[in-house]
This record gives sequence, C-alpha cells and structure tokens, in this order.
Amino acid sequence: MRAEDLKKLSIAAIIKRYPFVATYLEDKGFDITDTSDRTLEELLSSFDEEYQEEFAFNPEQFMEELASYIKDMLSFLGEEHSGIHSISILPGKDKSGKTEGFSPLTIEKGEIVAIVGPTGSGKSRLLADIEWAANGDTPTGRVVLIDGEVRSDDHRFSLNKRLVAQLSQNMNFVMDVTVEEFLTLHAKSRQVEADEVVTRIIEKANHLSGEPFLATTPITSLSGGQSRALMIADTAILSQSPIILIDEIENAGIDRKKAMELLVGEEKIVLIATHDPSLALMADKRIQIRNGGIQSVSKTDEQEKQILGKLEEIDKLLGDLRKQLRQGETLSLPAE
Amino acid sequence: MNLISISGPPSCGKTSVILKTIEAFKEKNLAVGVVKFDCLYTDDDKLYEKAGVPVKTGLSGSLCPDHYFVSNIEEVVQWGLARSLDVLITESAGLCNRCSPYLKDVSSVCVIDNLSGINTPKKIGPMLKSADIVVITKGDIVSQAEREVFASKVQMANSKAVILHVNGLTGQGAYELSGLLYKDSEQLTTVRGLELRYPMPSALCSYCLGEKRIGEEYQLGNVRKIDWGDEA
Ligand SMILES: Nc1nc2c(ncn2[C@@H]2O[C@H](COP(=O)(O)OP(=O)(O)O)[C@@H](O)[C@H]2O)c(=O)[nH]1
Ligand SMILES: [Mg+2]
Repeated sequence: MRAEDLKKLSIAAIIKRYPFVATYLEDKGFDITDTSDRTLEELLSSFDEEYQEEFAFNPEQFMEELASYIKDMLSFLGEEHSGIHSISILPGKDKSGKTEGFSPLTIEKGEIVAIVGPTGSGKSRLLADIEWAANGDTPTGRVVLIDGEVRSDDHRFSLNKRLVAQLSQNMNFVMDVTVEEFLTLHAKSRQVEADEVVTRIIEKANHLSGEPFLATTPITSLSGGQSRALMIADTAILSQSPIILIDEIENAGIDRKKAMELLVGEEKIVLIATHDPSLALMADKRIQIRNGGIQSVSKTDEQEKQILGKLEEIDKLLGDLRKQLRQGETLSLPAE
Repeated sequence: MNLISISGPPSCGKTSVILKTIEAFKEKNLAVGVVKFDCLYTDDDKLYEKAGVPVKTGLSGSLCPDHYFVSNIEEVVQWGLARSLDVLITESAGLCNRCSPYLKDVSSVCVIDNLSGINTPKKIGPMLKSADIVVITKGDIVSQAEREVFASKVQMANSKAVILHVNGLTGQGAYELSGLLYKDSEQLTTVRGLELRYPMPSALCSYCLGEKRIGEEYQLGNVRKIDWGDEA
C-alpha cells in the first residue's frame, strides 16, 4: 500500500489490516487503542510545527517509512515458510591467487559441515562469503548459490532475509530481562505468537543443559552451559536464518549431540568451525581451509565415525565425573 | 571524489569500522582520506595515520560539533580534492542525539552498537532516522536473539536504510560495506548549494553564550521550561 492510501485510513483500520503495525506504532508513541475514525493524516496534522521541530518529526517522511516498513514485513511474512533448501559454494581463489581445490559443494538443509583450519586461515572470509551470498564480488571471487541461484541484491540487503545466524563461545546475554521476557521480545520482533514457542524453547534448552532453569530466571544469571543451551534452542526454533554457524562449543554443561539433533531437526544447515575432534566428527562433511582458500572437502568416513564412538565414551565419562564433583561425591569410575 | 559521512554515539565503533573499510577500499586501489570531527579531544587521527591515510582533525571546542561540521564541510571537501582522494570519509560523534550532520545526496552512515540497549534506536534522532546505511557493531559479544531484536528496533526507527552488521575487530562485513558505499559515477567537486537533511535545533540562550549564574533574570533568549501541569 502506498503512503497516500495509508494516510486515509484510521489507526484501527490500519492495525486490522496489518496487525504487525501495532508494535511499530506503539514504539513510536501512538495510542494504538484509539478507536476513533480519525485518519492517520488527520492525526499527523495535529502535531504542530513546534512539536515537529522539537522531536525531529516529519509527517511526510513518517508516512513513507511506515509504507516501506509494511512492504518489508509483508514480503518477510509471505516468504517465511518457504525457507531455503540448499547452498552451493563454487571455487574462487586463495591468497596467492591459486584456484581452490574442490569441486562445487552443495550443502542441503539438515546437513552438518565442519570447517577446520588454523586461525587466520580464512574461516571468517568463507563465512562472510556465505552470509553475503558472494557473487564473484568478494576478495576470494567465490560464488555462493542459494537453491542453485545467484541471490538478488534485494535479498542481500533485506534485514529479514539474513542467511546466517551465529553462535560462539564469546557471546553473552547482556539484556536485563528474564528468560521469558527475553524470548517474548525475540518472538515479537519476528511477529511470532509468543506463548507456545517460549515454553517450547525453555523445555528444549533444559533438555540440552541438564541443569534446569526457570522462565523467571534473569538471562544474565544463567551459567555458561545454560546460556549456551538457551542460545542454541532459541536460534534453532526462533531465528529466521536458515544457516547456523557455530564457532566452537565447549563440552561442558551442554549435550552437544542433542544440540546438533535439535538444529538438524529444525531443518537448519549447520556449519561448525572447530578444532575439537568429537564436534568435527558429528559433521557429515569437513571443509579444510588454508592460506585463505578451501584446500579440500572430505566426507566423514566409517573409520572416522568409529573414533567418534570412542570419543563419546570418553565424553560421557568426563561428564559423569564432573557431575560427581559437583555433587560433592568421591570420584569413581563406573563399573564395567 | 566520493564523500561519506559517518556518525554515531561515542565508542560505538566508528573508527574501527572506518579502518576496516579503508583496508577494503585499498584493495580496490582507491585513495582514501579521513576528517575527524570531535569536541574536545581525539586520538583517532593517530590511528588513521598509522593506517597510512591522510587525516585532518577539527575540534569544535565550545561550539556544537554538528554546527561546526556544517560550517566547515566545504573546506573539508576542497582539502580532499587537493589530495586527489577517491573517497573522503568524515567521522563525527553524535553527542546530543538530536542533530545530524548529513547532507542530502551525500552517503550517510550511522554506526550503532549492540550493547547500547534496545531502546537506544528509538532515542536517537535524525542521526539514525535519516541515514542511508545503518551499521551495527559488536555483534560478536551478544547472542543471536539480541542481535535480531536490536536490528528489528533499528529497522523500526529507520525502515528505509540498509542495515548491515560489521565486526569492528575482525572486519567481517566491512568489504561488503565498502562495496555499498563507493560509486564510480559520483564525482563530487563541491558541496556548496547542497542542503542538510534535517535542520539543526534552534536553541540559543544565555547559557549557550557563556552565562554561569542561576536564576530567572539570567535566562535570556530561547528558554523553555518543563511542563509541570497541576503539580505543586
Ligand atoms: N567486541 C567488539 N568490539 C568492538 C567492535 N567495534 C569496535 N569495538 C571496540 O569498541 C571500542 C570503541 O571503538 P571505536 O572504533 O574507537 O569507537 P568510536 O568512538 O565510535 O570511533 C574499541 O575498544 C573497539 O576495539 C566490535 O564489532 N566488536
Ligand atoms: Mg572514533
């Protein structure tokens, strides 16, 4: 709807047509419970010049912005469920200008891919190429296709179509709110009905961390493991991005295998940058990076999967010992 | 020459983002220079010098830095042209949340960081609302959900801008920003005749002019009082 047409509607009529506008208008200080049939134009003209100058408020611009917000949100809501199915990476060049040593790589949703390589080798560049859906226009010259196609600039610049959600060890919660308030804020920002989703995320997070927290716990007082678990459950269920990049997850206070299962179950494409063998072996494929380029791509083979079995035993043992420590018990190995 | 105005609250990451963007411009063989506007003090010139780009500092002292910016921008442009720059960046700190030094037809970027609180986008005036591009920094230290909520608040404050996440430490996103900013077709030779996107506030009272004494009789000029209503 164009700005000129919007002007002729009342607040109530606009909200009835586009319910998501309620938060927007409320945020801007409008009384959204106003049920009079004053049109938006009449309402806006009631702000006198002094007010406009004082609060740097320009009615014309306001209408334009509202129209543009509605347009963005409509396209976002319309495409939300279609999602994407795969990404493909076509080789570019490494730092010395050599063509990368892999054939075009397609990653489907529900797949896990590990990214390994020394610090500074080009992991962040690869991620940025994916995030931006590079089209030969980044320093590597790589092309990243989404569902087999080059991404349009419209999609590249749209806030609501961000491809990659990121999780790393350095991330912390900084907002001063409870778990429930936090998740509700996130749901609202995505125009999702909060109740059910909030309960589901808390349940999943508690399933991952094994150290339950409550809906009323302030997010900043969660333990490291609980924070990680909440971040993963929230990202899996509520983030709009189809690709999740994980930058290491410490093997403490969280069941990483269950975390991967949750992400895969939500049909995400999961990329893990890691040097931890058990995490890397949970992946279906592995990308080796060197000197700014992808050196090779390999499949996790049967032999490697057997190592994973061993590592899982060790991890479990460590986990049990940790639990004994926490509960003040004498440490003992489980009976064979 | 392309002119780019970058502003944002103090310590939001402007200099970090500009330095990373300069690296990207250099990869494309573009000559970059920076003019830094501030109030009383800045160290940023040393950082730009270290990055090997021409830099000039303007300190507004007792004047409003945004008013100072407008009064000097033409000379700044001529400084850049004399050095045959392809890209001239101005960095200025938004101090009162009300002004913004953006000119119509000049690329305007507002930098804001994820730590500043979700109500901040609402509180910042034209500096955020009328920017072409909003860069959000410090996403590396908050959760994905907080990044998404914060970005949605920015979008509500300025639904027309392109919103971009840039990491001021690693530079992730800066290459993309440089691509959005530089346009070969735009060759500026003067800003004379251009207009501000928003008028600066008209406050001018005795205290602007150095008055120190308190009391009704000293309050001259454009003075306004809190509306107390019926409260005693
Ligand atoms: N973690 C993190 N820190 C940042 C980021 N960007 C800037 N900083 C830090 O924030 C502080 C202020 O940055 P600076 O660029 O000087 O801000 P300015 O005052 O806006 O120019 C510095 O210590 C930077 O290292 C970022 O994306 N992530
Ligand atoms: Mg600075």
